[in-house]
Amino acid sequence: MDPAEIGKRTKQEQRRTLWKRIRQHREEYLMLLPFMLVFFVFTVVPVAMSLPMGFTDLDMVQFPKFVGLSNYVTLFLNDSIFIQSIRVTLVFALFTGPISYVLCFLLAWLINELPQKLKTIFTLVFYAPSMANVYTVWQIIFSGDSYGYLNSVLLDLGLITKPIQWLTDSRYVLGVVIVVQLWLSLGAGFLALRAGFQSIDRTLYEAGAIEGIRNRWQELIYITIPAMGPQLLFAAVMQIVSSFTAGTVAQSLVGFPSTDYKAHTIMTHAYDYGWVRYEMGYASAICTVLFLAMLVCNRLISKLLRRYMD
Amino acid sequence: MTDTKKLKASERQAGRHIGGTVVIFLFLLVLGLFMALPIYLACVMSVKPVHELFIFPPKLYAIDPTLDNFRDMFTTLSEMWVPFSRYVCNSVLVTVSVTVAQCVLASMAAFVLAKGKAPGRGLLNKLIVVSLLYQSSVIYIMQYIVMAKLHMIDTYWALILPSVASPMCLFLMRQSMLNIPDAMIEAAKVDGAGMFTICWQVVMPNQRPALMTVIIFAFQAAWNIQGGTLVYNEALKTLPTVVQQAAAAGLARAGVAMASAVFMLVPPVVIFMIAQKQVIETMAHSGIKD
Repeated sequence: MDPAEIGKRTKQEQRRTLWKRIRQHREEYLMLLPFMLVFFVFTVVPVAMSLPMGFTDLDMVQFPKFVGLSNYVTLFLNDSIFIQSIRVTLVFALFTGPISYVLCFLLAWLINELPQKLKTIFTLVFYAPSMANVYTVWQIIFSGDSYGYLNSVLLDLGLITKPIQWLTDSRYVLGVVIVVQLWLSLGAGFLALRAGFQSIDRTLYEAGAIEGIRNRWQELIYITIPAMGPQLLFAAVMQIVSSFTAGTVAQSLVGFPSTDYKAHTIMTHAYDYGWVRYEMGYASAICTVLFLAMLVCNRLISKLLRRYMD
Repeated sequence: MTDTKKLKASERQAGRHIGGTVVIFLFLLVLGLFMALPIYLACVMSVKPVHELFIFPPKLYAIDPTLDNFRDMFTTLSEMWVPFSRYVCNSVLVTVSVTVAQCVLASMAAFVLAKGKAPGRGLLNKLIVVSLLYQSSVIYIMQYIVMAKLHMIDTYWALILPSVASPMCLFLMRQSMLNIPDAMIEAAKVDGAGMFTICWQVVMPNQRPALMTVIIFAFQAAWNIQGGTLVYNEALKTLPTVVQQAAAAGLARAGVAMASAVFMLVPPVVIFMIAQKQVIETMAHSGIKD
């Protein structure tokens, strides 16, 4: 028998055993089916479609034409506003990402140290801002006339002599948006961490107390953090996504486009081209760049966290 | 002697002083007040009569609280083409079906991905994690094209289906299910139960805390669903869309806008409270975890 035939047979056998395993687990596939069907049709297919769209001039009117890399070339070489939006997004992400992540963890931990009733109340207080679109109230707080709460307080204290245009002065808009985003940022990641703290096996703490753990701090470092790996990773992913894709908050607070494009994030730029100018091909290219950036960031952070946890 | 010592150690955690707890409480209280202030202001604004909006300096409370802003909002809403009750029905229908479908489908798929043996699970897992990152506005355009091909534009399906498969819910459920001991599932298998039965009768009753978290997320996402471009029939629109319209149409915009924001905030808060209570109760009853 020559070797090629043996190879063929084992391949055939492999295929047969794989087929057998698939048939063996058909109940599992049936359980996956409903979710995966909807997931593929309404998430995976649209995403997969939008990636190649970045190489076309899709505008919803004509049949899309292939334009090669020209969208990307324009993006990085001829679109100064895009470069500006990268800068804004990075500043924004560097401020809101790490701070909100630490805040999520710190608050989830501190709340966990309180009695049960207070836990619920504090979790609600910190989580409520991200529940619905209440952030519109910041428009009134930061309002540029003397009826704005912040201005009236500052005027009252004599710190300023005339109202500051928080929402239109190019020096302040990015700062204002960062503050509001931080206020909003205790969302899914925070709640997942809260749930994580609550579901840690209590016997671990009891064992720790016997083994000689002396205070809350040691307990946190030696028992809690190692047991919370998945939640920590999940919260990291959530904070990355929300700090990189922020845009709607800025748009509704400081207007669109903002003064001197000072709060113009990559997401706002994509919105501009996708929904205002209907240049979908270009918008898809912008989103692809953003997605790749988030992917790299996510890789780095999960590597960092994994090393720390092991 | 040793027994009582052990018992004592298991009753409390290491190094808990009442002083430390008080300091933590005070710290959270101060920060919490800062966090809650904007929401408090929103509530105050929503009950201020129009003329009080223009008092200088702005007051931190309403001198003469009134429900005019809410009445104004509801009047604007009922003057629209379609009766207000229709919007409420739409929102309830969409919210309930999305929340239930999301939880059921995600739990079932999460169980297979966490504890199943079917080939291809690893790949699907990776796909789920990557899709957590992909939230873009461009996907809506492609979603529109898919919807149009399926002839679902301007139906309830267009509101419900895009939100049914949530990678986030699946991810959370799967993480929580990974902690289930394999022995428990093997034991059920020996007793002759299939994966479907194990999932719903053995595993899910133990997953109440995770499920409640997922319900909070699912409800919130579903409650805020707006048809956008997928639905243009007025009779199919949901509350978030029309409430925004009402806020924009009101005369004293700030008051009505705040009234509508407060109005939309109430249901998620109620669901949150109910879900939290459930979590605490389960943990008190299970005995293993707490």
